[in-house]
Amino acid sequence: MLEVRGINKSFGAVHVLRDVAMKASTGEVTALVGDNGAGKSTLVKCIGGIYPFDGGEILIDGEPASIHSPRDAAGYGIEIVYQDLALCDNLDVVQNMFLGRERKRGLVLDEPTMEQLAAKTLDTLAVRTVANVRQAVSSLSGGQRQTVAIAKAVLWNSRLVILDEPTAALGVQQTAQVLELVRRLADNGLAVILISHNMNDVFAVSDRIAALYLGQTVAQVKTTDVTHSQVVELITSGKSEGVR
Amino acid sequence: MIGMLVGAVKRSPAVPAMAGLVVLCTVFSIMEPSFFTAGNLANLTAQGAQVAVIAMGLIFVLLLGEIDLSAGFASGVCAGVLAVTLVRYDFPWYLAVLVSILTGTAIGLLLGFLVAKIGIPSFVVTLAAFLAFQGVALLLLEQGKNVSVRDPIILAIANRNLYPWLGWALGAVGVVAFAVVQFLSTARRRAKGVKTERWQITTAKVVGLALAVGAAVAVLNEERSINVMISSLKGVPIVVPIVVVLLVIWTFVLRRTAYGRHIYAVGGNNEAARRAGINVDRIRISAFVICSSMAAIGGIIAASRANSVDPNTGGSNVLLYAVGAAVIGGTSLFGGKGRAIDAVVGGLVVAVIENGMSLLNYGPGIKYVVTGMVLLLAAGVDALSRKRSDAGR
Repeated sequence: MLEVRGINKSFGAVHVLRDVAMKASTGEVTALVGDNGAGKSTLVKCIGGIYPFDGGEILIDGEPASIHSPRDAAGYGIEIVYQDLALCDNLDVVQNMFLGRERKRGLVLDEPTMEQLAAKTLDTLAVRTVANVRQAVSSLSGGQRQTVAIAKAVLWNSRLVILDEPTAALGVQQTAQVLELVRRLADNGLAVILISHNMNDVFAVSDRIAALYLGQTVAQVKTTDVTHSQVVELITSGKSEGVR
Repeated sequence: MIGMLVGAVKRSPAVPAMAGLVVLCTVFSIMEPSFFTAGNLANLTAQGAQVAVIAMGLIFVLLLGEIDLSAGFASGVCAGVLAVTLVRYDFPWYLAVLVSILTGTAIGLLLGFLVAKIGIPSFVVTLAAFLAFQGVALLLLEQGKNVSVRDPIILAIANRNLYPWLGWALGAVGVVAFAVVQFLSTARRRAKGVKTERWQITTAKVVGLALAVGAAVAVLNEERSINVMISSLKGVPIVVPIVVVLLVIWTFVLRRTAYGRHIYAVGGNNEAARRAGINVDRIRISAFVICSSMAAIGGIIAASRANSVDPNTGGSNVLLYAVGAAVIGGTSLFGGKGRAIDAVVGGLVVAVIENGMSLLNYGPGIKYVVTGMVLLLAAGVDALSRKRSDAGR
């Protein structure tokens, strides 16, 4: 669904991305792995329209896409769930999910419709951890917040959801719940890019693994074709015997 | 038990202020029987109106986690503009009011621009404005002359009353409108199949409001003239429906429009609001515009009540009382939490303390100390409830 070709990005003299290429297909979870500073977040921000990139192209369904702002990205059905969640603590679940894209009847907010849609979205994701869509986000646990952030991304008929370290701050049980949710996104027909440091997570849910090393794509492989240690090797040294 | 109490407080931030108001009124009524008389209660509404109106505007700025220290003197400048246009340029009252409010709007645009676009902290911008507006008021009124306002309509705002029947009629219209809105929204929610409050609760709300409005109108419609032969004095003060209309408008804006939702979002998490595509700068500027425009209305009420404008209109403790009213009512100084009604409830608390202690012959020293303590208490409750909800994550 999404293909990135030859993307370059520099911040001043620092060349952060060099000819990066990767693909994400519908119905698959693509794990994007790499060490700190490998360029994962930069790549995601280029795809999301937050950073302009210096060269290369982004293809959506094989067609070149012009993405210059987060709004453009949303127009192509690309939603990013950031590490720092970007939820408003003082608003409730429904209000957060519709923030900036509220449903209205004339001037007035259409609360019943929004509440109904929010509940339906959580339902299709089989979310049972968020019982009351009218509770304030400040009262939610880390896993529940992550769930809300993901559900928010799904609400918009999105086709590609990019998750930046969704399990980084979670406990064991909540991690399992969120990973299950990630898997379900792909099974529901979305393309998913999962950025993660955690090899267990990567092997638990991903179909493919794309590895970045110092701003370059060093591999994009099927998860079943590689072993744990090979991926670690790719992340730390940029190459591994038998993988290309 | 404490957990339950805190829970209730969190769900309904105006509850402690309401309870405080009831306690204060009871104590003052027992200590000084003249407190709970129609005359004094009517007096109280006029006293509280100016502070409540300025506080209502301030809540928009506070919701963003900003502050406007200049709202008091902004209201003074706008009152000065009103007086000067009325007296020196013979403007009709409506034009003078319009120019005065537009002056507030312009002030808000300037403050908001400096905060949002230039990036100067609102504390500093409005502190500078606080000083400057004090000077502007002096210049406007030519080195501190007191300008009397004689326009009958302007004077009526804070000094005249509605005909008793009109008080009843407006009260009834208000209650019926509230009932219709409540039941329609409940019916719509039911039709959509989302969780709905029970009919009994909606009915209880409507009946409660009807009782409160009925009691207020009945008391204010009592004869409160000392000598009826000279002049009759009864009816709801005109300033009351003005405050109520402003309250309804801003409550609607904050709770039922996308703009209001975005104000809360920016106050709760600036970055999240920005990423959601909300124009954060525009929201910030608009909040200052609303704040200063409301300050202008507060200034007009003050001018009406004092029958005149002098360079100290909107000065001394007006701003502190307004901030105090908002916070006492339950608006958070940390941003993201607050409602328009907080200004009215808090404004009443401030007015009751001031009025009740005057009746008990306490000097201004004690009054300031007590009001300060109440403000500190309210801010303390706010800070603690915030700490609690942070810890609960």
